[in-house]
Amino acid sequence: MPSPGSVPLHLLPPGAAAKVVGMEAGGPKRRRLLDLGFVPGAVVEVVRRSPFGDPTAYAIKGSVIALRREDAAGILVRGDV
Amino acid sequence: MASDGLFRTGPRAASGSHPVVALAGNPNTGKSTVFNALTGLAQHTGNWPGKTVRTAWGTARHRGRLYTLVDLPGTYSLLAGSAEEEVASDFLCHGRPDATVVVADATALERNLNLVLQVLEVTGKVVVLLNLIDEARRKGYDIDVGVLAEGLGVPVVPAVARDGRGLPELMDTVAALCDGSLVTHPRPVVYPPDVEESLRRLEARLAGRLPRGAPLRWLAVRALCGDARVLRLLAGPAPPPGSPAPAGPAPPPGSPLPSPGFSPVVRPRPAVSRTSPETKRSAGP
Amino acid sequence: MTRTADADRIVAALYERAGTLHRTAVTRRVPGRDLTPVIDSILSSPLTGFPLMLLTLGLVIWVTVAGANYPSEVLARAFQAGERVLAAALSAVGAPAWAGGFLLDGVYRGLAWVIAVMLPPMAIFFPCFTLLEDLGYLPRIAFSLDAVFKKVGACGRQALTMGMGLGCNAAGVVSCRIIDSPRERMTAILTNVFTVCNGRFPALITLAAVFAGGAGAGRSAAGGGAAAALVVTAVVLTGAVVTLAVSWLLSRTLLRGAPSFFVLELPPFRRPRLGQVLVRSVLDRTLFVLGRAVTVAAPAGGLVWVLANTSVGGSTLLAHLAGWLGPAGAALGLDGFILAAFVLGLPANEIVLPILLMSYLSTGAMVEVGSLEALGSILAANGWTGLTALCFMLFSLLHWPCATTLLTIRKETMSARWTAAAALLPTAVAAVVCAAVAAAGRLLGVG
Repeated sequence: MPSPGSVPLHLLPPGAAAKVVGMEAGGPKRRRLLDLGFVPGAVVEVVRRSPFGDPTAYAIKGSVIALRREDAAGILVRGDV
Repeated sequence: MASDGLFRTGPRAASGSHPVVALAGNPNTGKSTVFNALTGLAQHTGNWPGKTVRTAWGTARHRGRLYTLVDLPGTYSLLAGSAEEEVASDFLCHGRPDATVVVADATALERNLNLVLQVLEVTGKVVVLLNLIDEARRKGYDIDVGVLAEGLGVPVVPAVARDGRGLPELMDTVAALCDGSLVTHPRPVVYPPDVEESLRRLEARLAGRLPRGAPLRWLAVRALCGDARVLRLLAGPAPPPGSPAPAGPAPPPGSPLPSPGFSPVVRPRPAVSRTSPETKRSAGP
Repeated sequence: MTRTADADRIVAALYERAGTLHRTAVTRRVPGRDLTPVIDSILSSPLTGFPLMLLTLGLVIWVTVAGANYPSEVLARAFQAGERVLAAALSAVGAPAWAGGFLLDGVYRGLAWVIAVMLPPMAIFFPCFTLLEDLGYLPRIAFSLDAVFKKVGACGRQALTMGMGLGCNAAGVVSCRIIDSPRERMTAILTNVFTVCNGRFPALITLAAVFAGGAGAGRSAAGGGAAAALVVTAVVLTGAVVTLAVSWLLSRTLLRGAPSFFVLELPPFRRPRLGQVLVRSVLDRTLFVLGRAVTVAAPAGGLVWVLANTSVGGSTLLAHLAGWLGPAGAALGLDGFILAAFVLGLPANEIVLPILLMSYLSTGAMVEVGSLEALGSILAANGWTGLTALCFMLFSLLHWPCATTLLTIRKETMSARWTAAAALLPTAVAAVVCAAVAAAGRLLGVG
């Protein structure tokens, strides 16, 4: 599944934007992330990190969703928006 | 539209004959605001039987008619299988509301449309309440309500529920849906051809196991998404060939139903009336 | 074709259609000014976020403490006037003395205490909380604190259930439904009692005002109020630390497991609707909680009156109970009467202090709501020191949940065993902490 040049979402710095290209998470987590709008082709922007550095808030499909590092790691993105 | 007083309580209202209107929507869309504004003080909360999912129902009056409003749990989807989603999906499937209002957040329309489209797979008697329209405008979104309604095939009512704007129009539309003077033509989502083929096969197998009028396509979608309860239903014994599909009243207890949680009852009003505040405590074993 | 792939393609098709509809129906203009990112960057900065959080907590507590004072007094005076009228009416119909004692000194004063002491702070606290909720601040607290909760094996949303618990632990327990993982939900339910609720605030505030505010030594009301608010805030923070410690312990013993999936939506800040905030918080929360408190306080008041007025072998049942609990009370830095008051206060925490005063004064009736000075001298006359007050506050913070909360836990967990755990766990924590503090205090010669 990992396409060339894709990185896990949690590695992006705040302010960066990228396109979702795949999903490595499985089970209910996968379904939930898809329902929140993390579908292939969706543009996601890193909004800010919490004061302790985790979780991180992401703008996706018009709303802001906070995810923990290990959960965001299941989403693959590519930097060319 | 205003409250109907304290004495028309939930169980009585729910078992009465006035139309049942389900209220669905994502979390944080102002669904509760809409519900509070429409029912006023005539509302009740309780647990869904056997689940720790809180729900509320209440009575709304509009142009002299009474409506029972059921506030479904806020969900992003009907497919992911959390307790909230099962409750919402089951009520839409088997509670057969006379109309369903999907409250959508106009500032995050795309994600909200995902739920609207799923609800449209279950029932066509839907009106979309496009809430927070003022906030969306401030954020720079201009939404063409006519184009949206055309594309969905169901009415769309713009609203600012916090100020009550759009709610009378919503209830007019709900009334028209309930009395049949407004007929919707929802446009189904088209899945990739092989998915459609799988859905057709599943629908055919489900048809023999469920009462007429059950939302077969939606149940097939859920089966493809791995819904354990629909899969158990499919794995269960098929009715003998030639026998008419079961219809009408619920099968007697003890009949070979796939699981206690999945009863294809036509109008399980108990889902509401059993959860009166007085009997809430008996929800536990 | 695997199931995951089918499910993915179904969701993808739904989103594709949603995207098409979105593109055809929505046009994007230059957006107006949105303050949400600005506010968020202040709230989520380590430099300003945490001080603001503490400030908000302290402010809400201070507003509740300071604002409740006057209406409480007015209510207390109204109840005293009502009592005189009722007493006159009872003697007019020739009611026997015991009936008047039971009804007026027991049931009526129990009710009056609970309403006069509880209603004003709740009527201030719940709207404040609903206001923060309406504004969108609460999810930011969960966002900022999630890392801490994750470290102890819990969920960031537990911060929200604790916030709710400040109003009422039963309401806090119900709000634990927002936590998806059953394991993390149970952790939140079992530890919610460590969040001081409105039923316990009045006693804490009163004692803080008496002992920290200068024991009635001619201080200004506002100064004493601020000192009391500081002490109470410190107690609340102690409760938060204990919550984290116990959550950590639970996630390594009874409730072992990996942290679950965490999703939290941060909605934009919205201008709260003051009218709706007031109506909903008063109707849904204040009156609901008060109604429950009143239904337990009235019979409890009657029961305590009977215990305090029935003599067996030369002393009252209440004195017997206190004598029996004496050694345990002493070990915890309390005394037998205090422990007896906590036991009898199981139906509602707000009647603990009234029961205690009633047993100290041995009048056999709950005292009228009097001045802080009078209260301070009553306590001092019964051997109270600063250490006693500290141990009382800690025991109040950490002890078993009230009956209403236990019933709610039973309903939410559908398990008698978890309910028992919810009662025993805090009791054990309270015993250990109070015994340690009392021993340390005596060693240092404070007590």
